[in-house]
Amino acid sequence: MEALVSILVGVMTASAVYLLLRSHTFPIVLGLSLLGYAVNVFLFASGGLTPDNAPLVEHGIARLPDPLPQALVLTAIVIGFGMIAFLIVLALRALRDLGGDGVDGGDAP
Amino acid sequence: MSHLVLLPVLIPLVGGALLLLTGGLGTRVERTIALAATAALLPVALLLLSRAASGEILIYYLGDWPAPYGITLVVDRLSALMLTLAAVLALASLLYAVAGDDRRGRYFHPLFQMQLLGINGAFITGDLFNLFVFFEILLIASYALQLHGGGAARVRAALHLVVLNLAGSSIFLIGIGAIYAATGTLNMADLAVRVSAAQADQAGLLRAGGLLLLVVFALKAALVPLGFWLPPAYTAASAPVAALFAIMTKVGVYAILRVHGLVFGPEAGPAASLAVPWLVPVGLATIAVATLGVLACRELHRLLAHLVVLSAGTLIVALGLDSEAATSAALYYALNSTLVGGGLFLLADLIARERGEARTFLDRAQGVARPALLGTLFFVGAVGVAGLPPFAGFAAKVYILQSAVAGPAATWVFSVVLVSGLLLIVALSRAGSGIFWRIGDTPPAGERAGLLPTSSAAFLLLGTVVLMAGAGPITAFTQATASQLADRAAYVGGVMANQGVSTPASQRGDP
Repeated sequence: MEALVSILVGVMTASAVYLLLRSHTFPIVLGLSLLGYAVNVFLFASGGLTPDNAPLVEHGIARLPDPLPQALVLTAIVIGFGMIAFLIVLALRALRDLGGDGVDGGDAP
Repeated sequence: MSHLVLLPVLIPLVGGALLLLTGGLGTRVERTIALAATAALLPVALLLLSRAASGEILIYYLGDWPAPYGITLVVDRLSALMLTLAAVLALASLLYAVAGDDRRGRYFHPLFQMQLLGINGAFITGDLFNLFVFFEILLIASYALQLHGGGAARVRAALHLVVLNLAGSSIFLIGIGAIYAATGTLNMADLAVRVSAAQADQAGLLRAGGLLLLVVFALKAALVPLGFWLPPAYTAASAPVAALFAIMTKVGVYAILRVHGLVFGPEAGPAASLAVPWLVPVGLATIAVATLGVLACRELHRLLAHLVVLSAGTLIVALGLDSEAATSAALYYALNSTLVGGGLFLLADLIARERGEARTFLDRAQGVARPALLGTLFFVGAVGVAGLPPFAGFAAKVYILQSAVAGPAATWVFSVVLVSGLLLIVALSRAGSGIFWRIGDTPPAGERAGLLPTSSAAFLLLGTVVLMAGAGPITAFTQATASQLADRAAYVGGVMANQGVSTPASQRGDP
C-alpha cells in the first residue's frame, strides 16, 4: 500500500513538474492542478495509511485512522480550487491583453 | 483569555465583508468603512504592544480547544511589533489610495482588508497549517490587488507571481505533511517540544520538511534565487498597493524567524539550527544581486523594488548571524526599511504625477511642480534607506554590523554590506539628481498632487526620523523581543498551559 501511494505521488509530481516547465499557460494550469492532487494524496498519507479500517470512529475497532490529515486535505482542496480558478481567469485575461498564451506574454515557441 | 488577540483578524474580516455588501452605496460610504476598519487596527495593535511589552505572552484558544488540538493565536513582543508596523503602513497606504487610486479598478477596498487579514493572521497564528491558510489569504488578495488598475504590464507580472506562489504553496503543504508525519502535531509550541525529542530515524523527514518550509519562506521573502518575481510585480503595482507590499517580504522573514527560531532552533535535537548555515550566504547573495539591480535601473519604481529585495537580504543576513543582538538589530532594521520602502513607493508615484509625461524615468525631462518639498522627502527617504547618518537606517546598519564583528562570517558580511551601501548611495544620488536637477526648460506639465497623498508619503518617510529619535526605547524593546524569542521554554509553557483542561469556558468563569 505504501509503495503504491508513493509511486502514485511520485508519478503525479514528476508529470506536474514537466508540465510546469512548459512555456504556455495552459500546460502550467494543468501542471499546478496535478501538483495539487499529488500534494493532497501526500498530505492524506502523512497521518499513516490504515487499510482495512473503518473511515471514522466505530466501536470495537481499536486502530482508528488519523482524522487531522483529512481535515487538512479538505482545506487544501478548497484553497487549491479557488487558486486554480483565479489562475485560469488570469491566464485568459493574459491571452486577451498580451496577445498570446506564452508565460512571458505574447506567443511562445 | 483575552478576546483582544482576535481583533487584528476580526476587524479586517468584518470590514472586508461589510465592504462587499455595501459596495453599491457609493464611494464615500466605502471609503469611510475602509478607513474606519484600518484605523481601528492601530489602537488595537498599540494596546497589544503595550500588553506584550511587559513580557506577557497573550494566547487565544480558538473555540477554547486546549493547546495542541485546537488552533492557538499567540501575541508576544514580536507579533505585537509586526502588527503595529502593518497597521501604520496600511493606514498610510489607504490614506494615499482614497485620494483617487482606489477608483482605478473594482473591489480595491474589500481586497485591501483581506490582505490585512492575511498579514495580521500570519503574524499572530501559533499553528503551522493555520500559517499556510493565512498565507493563502494574503496571497490571493495580493494577486488581485497587484492587478488593480489593469494594463498589460500588471497582467504579465501577476501571471508570474501567481504561478510561482501556487507552486510555493504546494511545497509548503509537502513540508507540512512531512513534519506532521514525523511528529503528529502542527501546533508550533507542541512541535518545538516534539522535534527536540525526536528520534534519529525521524531526522531525515524532519529536516526535509523544515528545509522545504525554508524554501517557501525564502520565496515569499524574495531571496536569491527565488526572488526574481518581485521587481516586475512591485514595479507594475499601483502606488498604495506597492507600499503595502513593502511588508510582504517581511512576512516571509517573520515566518523564518518564528518557525525556524522556535521549532528548528538550537535545541531541536536532530534538526537543530536547520536554517542557520543557509541564511548568511543566501542573504549576502541577495544583497549583491539586488545592488546590481539598483545600479542598472533607469526607472525609479524598479529601483525601489530592488531596494525591497535588498532589505530582505540584509534582514536574512542578520537572522543568519544567529544571536540575540543580531535579531534585535534585524527587527530595528525591518521597522525602518518597511516604513521608508513604503513611503518611497508613494513618493515615486507623486513624482510620476507631477512630472507628467516623463513619469519616473531617469531622463532629462520637465521637473516636478514642488521640487523643494518632494526633493527633501526623497532625500530623507534615500538617506534612510541607504543607511547614512543621521537617520535610523544608519543606526540599524551599525547594529547589524556590530553583531557580526565576532562571528565567523564577519569579513563577508562587512564587505558585502558596506560595498552595497556605497553603490546604493551612488545609485540613489544619480536617481535623485536625475529627477530633481536634470530638468529641461519646459515648465512642469503634470498635475499637482493633493495634500492627503503628499502627507501620507511624508508620514511614512518621516518614520525613519522618528525611529532615530526614539532609538533608545525602541532598541530596548527589540532587545527584549530578541531575548523573548530565545526563551523558547516560556513560549511553549505559555501555549501549552491549558493542556488537559477541557472544562467549558462558562464553568471557568471566563467571559
